[in-house]
Amino acid sequence: MFSKRKFSIICLALALTMFAAGCKKKVPAPAPPPPPPPVVAPEAPKAAAPTVAQFTAEPTSIQRGQTSTLRWEVTGPVTNVSINQGIGTVQSTGSSRVNPSDSTTYTLTATGPGGSITGSATVNVSAPPPPAPPPPAPPAITLTDRLASDVQDAYFDYDKTDVRSDARDILSRNAAALKSILNDFPNAPINIEGHCDERGSAEYNTGLGDRRASAAKEFLQGLGVSADRMKTISYGKESPQCTEQSEACWQKNRRVHFVAGK
Amino acid sequence: MKKPIWFAVASAGALFALMAQDARIIVTGGEIPVIAIPDLRGAGDAQKFMAAFNETLSADVKACGRFKMVPKTSLPTFVPQQPSDFQQPTPPPAAPPTRGRKQPPPQPVTAANGGGRWMRDWSSPPVQANYLAFGYTGPQNGVLVLQGWLYDLRKDTPANAQLIAKRYLATVDEAGARKIAHEFAADIITLFGGQSLYGTHIYFTSNRTAHKEIWMMDPDGKNQRQISKFNNISTYPTVSPDGSKIAFTSWVKGQPAIFVFSVDPVRDLRYYNQAASVNQAGSFTPDGKQIVYASSAGTGRCCRIFAANLDGTGFRPISSSSAIEVEPKVNPKTGTDIVFSSGRSGPQQVYRMSMDGADLERLTPGIGEASNASWHPDGQRIAFAWTQGYATGAFNIFTMNVATKEYVQLTHGDGKNENPSWAPDGVHIVFAKTRGGSHQIYSMLADGTQLQQLTTVGRNENPVWGR
Repeated sequence: MFSKRKFSIICLALALTMFAAGCKKKVPAPAPPPPPPPVVAPEAPKAAAPTVAQFTAEPTSIQRGQTSTLRWEVTGPVTNVSINQGIGTVQSTGSSRVNPSDSTTYTLTATGPGGSITGSATVNVSAPPPPAPPPPAPPAITLTDRLASDVQDAYFDYDKTDVRSDARDILSRNAAALKSILNDFPNAPINIEGHCDERGSAEYNTGLGDRRASAAKEFLQGLGVSADRMKTISYGKESPQCTEQSEACWQKNRRVHFVAGK
Repeated sequence: MKKPIWFAVASAGALFALMAQDARIIVTGGEIPVIAIPDLRGAGDAQKFMAAFNETLSADVKACGRFKMVPKTSLPTFVPQQPSDFQQPTPPPAAPPTRGRKQPPPQPVTAANGGGRWMRDWSSPPVQANYLAFGYTGPQNGVLVLQGWLYDLRKDTPANAQLIAKRYLATVDEAGARKIAHEFAADIITLFGGQSLYGTHIYFTSNRTAHKEIWMMDPDGKNQRQISKFNNISTYPTVSPDGSKIAFTSWVKGQPAIFVFSVDPVRDLRYYNQAASVNQAGSFTPDGKQIVYASSAGTGRCCRIFAANLDGTGFRPISSSSAIEVEPKVNPKTGTDIVFSSGRSGPQQVYRMSMDGADLERLTPGIGEASNASWHPDGQRIAFAWTQGYATGAFNIFTMNVATKEYVQLTHGDGKNENPSWAPDGVHIVFAKTRGGSHQIYSMLADGTQLQQLTTVGRNENPVWGR
């Protein structure tokens, strides 16, 4: 049994030996490894480039017309420091006030024996808020406004069309105002409305209103107001400005009233 | 179950043919006939329109002013619907004219009354009617049929009592029910010498659209509809004699001017206004060919009375006063004289003159203010508004015999009463009443009774009654 195992091991070793001898003979030799880099002699150390230690704008945002301050500090060997946008050559450390009208990016260029380096700082410029508007223009004065402010109603007695004394005063003032108004509004006609209180029959009142308007027109004409520019319209009792049943209300309705014509 | 309409028509027709329209009941001795009108019933679908029917029938007959109406609450419980429903209080005739229609058993001869089945149930207390209107309605082939009878209860038998036996046809709806009720009522009214107002119209001014516009309505206030649509001030309507046209005054173009419209269809007939600060319509002449109106033309002062053709051409002044003269109304009977309002003697009064301006006379005595004259269709009387006895502006309605100048007061305060206008029947007057802040149109009999409010919406005024 011992001899049998020993024999097997010998045989295996033998077989492996033979196999190994056979492989060696068939594979080509591998490529040689690359050569090591050549040994370079170290150069003399070069001069270092300058460093921009700081380049800022303060503040970074301004409104148009305000200023911002650029600050910079360049370290290292430097021969020239300049900033564009018209600032030009500057000290290696310094500051400058700028007031750009639009957003601007400033570029600082530092040059030394070791080379150049740049830094940038931006100033944002916003438009200022619009100025306060001018006070509103006075509104155009219309014919209706003028009539309302300068010309008054004139009042009448019940069932009467003659111009009573208080109405004469009012119409005299109206005449002056109307002449001025007609001068200022050279194409505008004036309607003289005749109104009545609610008593009396409707159609009779239309007659009464017509006569009140005509009486006022003639009175004004006598004071020099152009008759061509005045048109009478009777509303009788159809368009009262007051509807209560009292003398105060009735008196308000017995009137001539002046409005812009068409 | 259908009503035996055709049978009823045949039997009624055989006996009475159609009423001769000339026939009139002459009421003598000044007695007012008493009429009983029980609620009629409708077969099938007709029943739902019977409330409108019965309301219309009673209202029309009552409004004519020629009857005393028996209150419906005092009528017998049994209401005959056709002649065969009547029974004789004496032993029934051998051959009752029922033709097989099932009939309740005859009443005992000893009964005190027939509960409505005897004619004398209607003529004796408590009903005490002289006349009985009865009948029924039913839909037939898509048509609403009314079979209506009027009996003279003073006659002894139904056969003798029959004054009206007539069939009326309409559409099967409420409007149809009202139509046949109006027609049945018209036949009853006509029989007693009256004139039905069914088919006439009242024109008026209403601001219910926020602007004063011309409106029209039926005499009972139904069917109110807008005529003018100017969105301005349009008012003072007047109506042509045949009812086909109206004239009115509108401010739509600035100064007040006359417009003439046809009514059906509503159309602007383009009246030509002569240049004036005021033109306001007054009335049509009886031939319908001219308009009389008030205008400031010529003098520049409102107003003289003018006449012109219907299109506004051919205008000419009639009056020559320097006072305010308005509201000219041509006598509808003669066409030869005009009543109008004038301030020529002070506060406005009612005057009369010939069509040529001659023969002027003042009709009202000069007290207070008088205006709104309106002719009775007979051309002999006027209605007008007058403040006599009241405060300035507090008008009441009066009538006056133009020849004698005798007047009668119809309204007595209760607000302001003005703008009276006679109905074509000469019996009714429509007018405007202002009470509190409310302006509404009313009708009444020409004796001041049977006041009836016709409008409720908005401010309503200036009514005029036309055909």
